[in-house]
Amino acid sequence: MQRIGVFVCHCGSNIAATVDVKKVVEIISQEPSVVHCEDYQYMCSEAGQAKILDAVKEKNLSGIVVCSCSPRMHEGTFRKAAERAGLNPYMVEIANIREHCSWIHKDMEEATEKAVILARAAIAKVNLNAPLFPGESRVTKRALVIGGGIAGIQTALDIADAGYEVDIVEKTPSIGGRMSQLDKTFPTLDCSACILTPKMVEAAAHEKINIYTYSEVDKVTGFVGDFTVDIRKKARSVDMDKCTGCGVCQEKCPSKKTPSEFNRGLNNRSAIYTPFAQAIPNVPVIDRDACIKFKTGKCGLCEKVCQAGAINYDQVDEIVTEKYGAIVVATGFDTIKLDNYDEYAYNQSKDVITSLELERVMNAAGPTKGHLERLSDGKHPEHIVFVQCVGSRCNDNRGKSYCSKICCMYTAKHAMLIRDKYPDVKVTVFYIDVRTPGKNFDEFYRRAVEEYGVNYIKGQVGKVAPQPDGSLLVQASDLLDNKQIKMKADMVVLATAIEPEASVRGIATMLTASIDTNNFLTESHAKLRPVESPTAGIFLSGVCQGPKDIPETVAQAGAAAVKAIGLLAKDKLLTNPCTAKSDELLCNGCSVCANVCPYGAISYEVVQVNDHGIREDRRVARVNNALCQGCGACTVACPSGAMDLQGFSNRQIIAEVDAICR
Amino acid sequence: MKYTYYPGCTLRTKAKDLDAYAKASAKALGFELEEVTQWQCCGGVYPLGSDEIATKLSSVRVLNEAKEKGQDLVTLCSACHHVIKRVNDDMKNVPDIQSRANNYMKLPEPYKGETNVLHFLEVLRDRVGFDNLKKMVTNPLTGKKIGAYYGCLLLRPGEILAFDNPENPTIIEDFIKAIGATPVVYPYRNECCGGYISLKEKDMAKSMCDTIVESAKGFGAEMLITACPLCMYNLNKNTVGDVPVYYFTELLAEALGVKEDAE
Repeated sequence: MQRIGVFVCHCGSNIAATVDVKKVVEIISQEPSVVHCEDYQYMCSEAGQAKILDAVKEKNLSGIVVCSCSPRMHEGTFRKAAERAGLNPYMVEIANIREHCSWIHKDMEEATEKAVILARAAIAKVNLNAPLFPGESRVTKRALVIGGGIAGIQTALDIADAGYEVDIVEKTPSIGGRMSQLDKTFPTLDCSACILTPKMVEAAAHEKINIYTYSEVDKVTGFVGDFTVDIRKKARSVDMDKCTGCGVCQEKCPSKKTPSEFNRGLNNRSAIYTPFAQAIPNVPVIDRDACIKFKTGKCGLCEKVCQAGAINYDQVDEIVTEKYGAIVVATGFDTIKLDNYDEYAYNQSKDVITSLELERVMNAAGPTKGHLERLSDGKHPEHIVFVQCVGSRCNDNRGKSYCSKICCMYTAKHAMLIRDKYPDVKVTVFYIDVRTPGKNFDEFYRRAVEEYGVNYIKGQVGKVAPQPDGSLLVQASDLLDNKQIKMKADMVVLATAIEPEASVRGIATMLTASIDTNNFLTESHAKLRPVESPTAGIFLSGVCQGPKDIPETVAQAGAAAVKAIGLLAKDKLLTNPCTAKSDELLCNGCSVCANVCPYGAISYEVVQVNDHGIREDRRVARVNNALCQGCGACTVACPSGAMDLQGFSNRQIIAEVDAICR
Repeated sequence: MKYTYYPGCTLRTKAKDLDAYAKASAKALGFELEEVTQWQCCGGVYPLGSDEIATKLSSVRVLNEAKEKGQDLVTLCSACHHVIKRVNDDMKNVPDIQSRANNYMKLPEPYKGETNVLHFLEVLRDRVGFDNLKKMVTNPLTGKKIGAYYGCLLLRPGEILAFDNPENPTIIEDFIKAIGATPVVYPYRNECCGGYISLKEKDMAKSMCDTIVESAKGFGAEMLITACPLCMYNLNKNTVGDVPVYYFTELLAEALGVKEDAE
């Protein structure tokens, strides 16, 4: 029989307002094997933990139950406290009487009864707990960053500066990401390229950073500290070592009808291309779907004009296998498709564009060389209407329920830049709310209104109707004036909602990193662990975790780097001892467990067993503790009951169920 | 192929053409519209009141008759289509309306929204197929620039009517192409004509209809086609009237060369 101490936490009023903690103590004190029971306002505080230490010493406790919040929150805290008291940390069990009880119930009597039952279940389990000892696993001192935008670049630079090797995998031909498409950045209006390209160069030149562009992550195996990743280097058709980046091939390429991804399809690029002039690496790729040579076998012009002999039509995809200790996801975002928003006539009129397209229009290297003009006829616009929240904060299933966060600020930026450069152009912005929290952000927005005379109207646009004369008629409601308004515009700019890059789903699946209904990667704790995935060793950087502007992205990128560095700085990691274990006397070698194991942790070997005096050779399952993540799938699947999960054994679970049903 | 057919009252009075040309065209296209044996007015407006079922029963009777015959139900008038389609959705998805309507009707077998309701245009698109229609056209209306006027009843609410993209529909344009004419796309083709507001606030209906017709004219439409008798009325009565408005079935019958056959 264990000597168990039970500690009931009030969690301020979080628990105590709904659960009668004194009564729980009173009832639980009567339980057999409970030799100590008390309540305290905040068990997780230093004073609360001291109570555990004291009780262990005074009452010679062998097991501990803490009735408090979710084990996800403080199991670690109390395990450490137990360890300081001289107990094995795995002799601690948490009865979750907050999330599973006080927060979801209103009736105090019922909640108290449930709290008692949950405590009894935990006591029943502790009674069967045995000390467990973590093993050790090695840490590969190298990090992988998936995505080469500003988030990935910053994370890679920070990790590399700390002295660790970093690989960046970027799926497009160049690093730079969305930020490279922007013209100016809020709230200081400095040129995006001027602050980004030096970082791109720094990353490329850094001796600890290795960049795989035009590459994708193909396969991920392993676990924290010891991931093995297959990187697919897509066939570039250009030899990276030979190419000098002279650009002649792009000039001569006769296939120039492919919409430029970098310019958001506003103009065309050649089949052999670098996305933009400052691309890193400055080595083009051949888009095989557009290339005449690949489609018809004829042409080959680029090969003829290449002085360096770098063109190689026979290149094939190459798989590089590399080991990493930590993986940072920095896959970024895209704007949503506007097919569900035909009322804005985006697909009907060339003069209705997204804000990201406007960035390209305003950019000196863009399709209009930086001149603000209508894309339909090249005319200078007299009136531009901006529509905010296109697809954001949407309460039907057409768009996104969340606020895209960056649009209020970039719309103010666009409006201000246009008014500054072209004072003759009238600018109207339709908004639901203007949301500008952030350092110097609201001042920025107010400058747009007060100094630059941008006309902000609270209300939503219901229709953009192209007129026979080529102008656009904007129908909207003015909510403050309670009026329906119609105004003529020459261009309409849609502040389109952002969503995670489409490829993130596949990447999250490979990493077994959780993802929310909007495809944003989930952080381990919304407030306290915002850059860590719940999957150990996976860190989150930038918009893949949620909408963010550049300052926030860079801050989070640094934070993700620090977490990765913290991991890489360790030589060994303690492994979770709650792994599966097979009883070779019961195992019949049927392979069911290996088939359900998602981590490939189970293998088979032939061993000589002594079954009640009968010696024979049997094929039995063997669990690799380094690979096993303790998910328990095998214990459920095993038909002979040979598989058991240490710390969560079948006996322990049944004891808990018995205690609940008692 | 036989369909159960619900004409609705307007098609027996003001909009006889819409009905007659549709029947003649259907015959030419090889399907038959078998009129519901005993039908009543659909009510003209979908009743939003959720506390009574009387105004929905006419639709339920029609829907049930089609179900008993094992046929799809075809409509022509936009308003009837709108009402019947929405009542059908209620009978399928709103348990309260479903049970109360069935309690009242005492049908041999309760009606639970099983019938498939098709607008005549949907029959052309999804059953006949516009490509096939094109092949059957004997008298293509080549060179005619026609603006499709959808109105709102066929398109919205989009999830229930499921007729076409409510903000950028194409079905009537595709129909116009199939009969050999040239569709004129203009932005107000899916805006409301004012409907019954015309009885109370003539000026508002006029301004709404003017916007539609002026826009169509501006983009070069020589005529408009519609599926809705009320839209037809408003567009004719509330504008200068220099853009003629036809029922789509009239042009269909013309293109199929069966206009004279219509009774």
